[in-house]
Amino acid sequence: MSTRMPKPNSFQLLSADSRAQIDHWIAKYPPDQKQSAVMAALMITQEANGGWLTTELMDAVADYLQMSPIAVYEVATFYSMYELKPVGKHKICVCTNLSCMLRGSEELVDHLQKKLGVDFGEITPDKKFSLKSVECLGACGGAPVVQIGKNYYENLTPAKVDEILAGLE
Amino acid sequence: MVTIEIDGKPYQAEAGAMLIQVTDANGIDIPRFCYHKKLSLAASCRMCLVEVEKAPKPMPACATPVMDGMKVWTRSVKALAAQKAVMEFLLINHPLDCPICDQGGECELQDQAVGYGKDVSRYAEGKRVVFDKNVGPLIATEMTRCIHCTRCVRFSQEITGLQELGATGRGEHTIIGTFIEKNVASELSGNVIDLCPVGALTSKPFRFAARAWELQQRETIAPHDALGSNVDVHIRRNQVLRVVPRENEAINEVWIADRDRFSYEGLTALDRLTSPMIKKDGKWQATDWEKALAYAAEGLKEVVKKQGSQAFGALASPTATLEELYLLQKVGRGLGSANLDHRLRQVDFSDQDDAPLFPYLGQPIANLETCDTVLVIGSHLRKEQPLLNHRLRKAALRGANIIVINPVDYEFNYPVAHTLISSPATFVEDLAGLAKALWENPGTLVPTEMQKLLGTVSAKDNHKAIAQALRTGKRRAVLLGQLATAHPQFAVIRALAAVMAKLSGTSLGYLGEANNTSGAWLAGMLPHRGPAGLPLQTIGLDAHSMLTQGLKGYLLLGLEPELDSWNGAAALASLKKAEFVVSFSAYRTPTIDSYAKVILPIALFAETSGTYVNVEGRWQSFTGAVTPPGEARPAWKILRVLGNLLDLAGFEYMSSEEVREELRQQVGEKRPNNRLAWKIPSSLTTLAVKGLQRITEMPIYSTDALVRRASSLQKTVDATLANGIHIHPQLASQKNLSQGNSARVRQNGATLTLPVVMDERVPQESVLIYAGQLANLELGEWYGGVEVSAA
Ligand code: SF4
Ligand code: FES
Ligand code: FES
Repeated sequence: MSTRMPKPNSFQLLSADSRAQIDHWIAKYPPDQKQSAVMAALMITQEANGGWLTTELMDAVADYLQMSPIAVYEVATFYSMYELKPVGKHKICVCTNLSCMLRGSEELVDHLQKKLGVDFGEITPDKKFSLKSVECLGACGGAPVVQIGKNYYENLTPAKVDEILAGLE
Repeated sequence: MVTIEIDGKPYQAEAGAMLIQVTDANGIDIPRFCYHKKLSLAASCRMCLVEVEKAPKPMPACATPVMDGMKVWTRSVKALAAQKAVMEFLLINHPLDCPICDQGGECELQDQAVGYGKDVSRYAEGKRVVFDKNVGPLIATEMTRCIHCTRCVRFSQEITGLQELGATGRGEHTIIGTFIEKNVASELSGNVIDLCPVGALTSKPFRFAARAWELQQRETIAPHDALGSNVDVHIRRNQVLRVVPRENEAINEVWIADRDRFSYEGLTALDRLTSPMIKKDGKWQATDWEKALAYAAEGLKEVVKKQGSQAFGALASPTATLEELYLLQKVGRGLGSANLDHRLRQVDFSDQDDAPLFPYLGQPIANLETCDTVLVIGSHLRKEQPLLNHRLRKAALRGANIIVINPVDYEFNYPVAHTLISSPATFVEDLAGLAKALWENPGTLVPTEMQKLLGTVSAKDNHKAIAQALRTGKRRAVLLGQLATAHPQFAVIRALAAVMAKLSGTSLGYLGEANNTSGAWLAGMLPHRGPAGLPLQTIGLDAHSMLTQGLKGYLLLGLEPELDSWNGAAALASLKKAEFVVSFSAYRTPTIDSYAKVILPIALFAETSGTYVNVEGRWQSFTGAVTPPGEARPAWKILRVLGNLLDLAGFEYMSSEEVREELRQQVGEKRPNNRLAWKIPSSLTTLAVKGLQRITEMPIYSTDALVRRASSLQKTVDATLANGIHIHPQLASQKNLSQGNSARVRQNGATLTLPVVMDERVPQESVLIYAGQLANLELGEWYGGVEVSAA
């Protein structure tokens, strides 16, 4: 009757396949420290859900790992790789931190926003692209940097960006 | 022990202690936000930076352990510069809205900004804004003011055990909240108001009511929990505006339960009575004290003269003060009646002669947390006694085995080693099985009659497992809760608990009911014992008999018997039939109007002087903080005058202290001995019940007249949960009932329509119906068979 625990059996929202993948991570930690698998579990759940997490899914992860939901929300909101709103098929993450900014990321951002007609945190009407600003991607040597899906693209100019986007399905 | 030097002076300190503990113990000021002595270390705010010799950078005092020979400067140039810089960062995003902030004047940030900050801000940029959360009726939020010290988050994790608050997002975007807005469901939630160093979390009922510097602080004792939590009431112009905890490590540590914090709202309830009322020729009229008391005395004398003293009885709430209870029994006995009682929530009195001096916890409160094994019999402990539960929680987190036997699968906020859910009808059977399981081990002793009774009992596997657990650990206790004392076979339960305690070598204790239950026993507000436990020749009627058999005259103190007693319907019927009822009541209700002839307005908590005796037997006296409203008077003064008007001897007290001392001398050094105080039952047969069994619980915010009128508490999840008929979803679907729809409920010939509440905690053969609710009053007894069908 309390409001704090996830609904019992809410973990069933996770597919059998997702659960199997999460179990793989749980096995890496001592049995009483299941929640150490929370980051992997959220990633797996997010991918299975087309790239973003709903509150229900986070509750399901909480139930599965026997954590309180708020502890899962804390993780999901702390790291920028988790999405709490729908994203496009291709999630374009532009680094706007110091090195990239000095090397022209602002120009990239302007270009992308104009070209796609969306702001940070928005999706194109055809749901193909979404745009996001992120902090240092740890690749300052190749600044300015953009991450699309799992790939990094370095030393970018607006022209190069056009080329990359044209190559994406 | 190590020796360290702080600001040039040597100090002795415990090895391993944090620097801030040493400075705190020695009265050296170090600013801080995240550090709190009852919470884990976060060391995140950096306000406590000090200079330490040989350390290249300033060190946080809250997370730096002392070492022998360490040299520390708390006010050096380096330390001050660090503190100033941290303060500047903290203020970057903090709004400068002190003039409209409730915390203003008692804000740690404000104080420390003045003490350690700069006088001008260099920051001209925009500040962040955070949307507020609705976290329920008790706590107001203004999250833009949050400085992310995470005290509230750690409190909810570490103290309430229900992680409800959290820090989501990161950096400047960090937000403290419950993410999705939910009512904070802890019975200790109000403590975050005290913990929050800024005005982000403040008291909702107190919001915008007063400034800290307008308030005066008075010490008193909290009016609900059986611990007698120490509190300060904050008053302005003779009105209690809020209640906060006063530290007492032996009782409430630094906390109080929400019930004790917010019940003061009931002091100013709309139905508060401010002048004496009498009913003459069928009409109610306000009158003065002289007339009202004369009328009351006359009426009582009349009943006794015409019907005999046995036709009169007095009943009191165990929330009344020791002095009031003592004087009331003195009036009752003076009138020649032994019909006196305060145990309205009990029905089995068959072993009352063998009961202990008062229902004693069996050990000091603080010792509970050092227990290794505890068996709790019949208690929704989190809601009955939130802070005793907190002690057990500490024990459980240390690794203690907590074992619970309950009719409902209540939620505990710590790991419970064994849970045995047993319906009221099988309760005795399960306890007997447990006793038997303990007895099967050779070498232990039980009285022969008890052995005979247990002879035919067989222990099941779960009994054996619990018995095994109960034998392990050094410090162990068996504790009886309110669901046990209200059980129709309480005497048998007590006997079996005592046998278990004896066989397993544990202590036996009671978890207490109201703030002054122990005091009511000591004062002799009982039909079978006088003050200080003095056994009596003539034994009067107990509360249940008085209210079901019906008397001609009643004197009620601080009661709403229809809500307070084990069978409210019968109580109300008896009162209505009586010829003359005098109600000492702070409130006037249509129900009291319907049966009383005189209503005398009494002072409540914080309005009177007196004494409460807590569950460990500690006497705590207090003085009134405010004067009662209108013509209301402290009940001890009214009883004193009434005693005189009835021509009774010994009512010449000048102060409540005199009353207390008179009783204190009689009590002397007497202490209860729980382990010897029980009676061998005549049989161990269980009760047969037809149909579904009714389980009854007195919900946390309905326990007495004051809290029933605390409007904010009445809006909490715990209060709203107490309505309707609670039924397991599976049983509900069998009966074609669904959440929110109504069910027809029949008990003892009364039929009511109540909303259905699906509740997985309730076992299948039972339904849970809460006590103290007007809506289900007519159903009567707290126990028995009920029929439920779709309405
Ligand atoms: S709300 Fe108050 S207690 Fe909680 S983190 Fe913010 S400042 Fe600290
Ligand atoms: S600042 Fe862009 S990758 Fe480091
Ligand atoms: S009080 Fe030491 S870091 Fe916050």
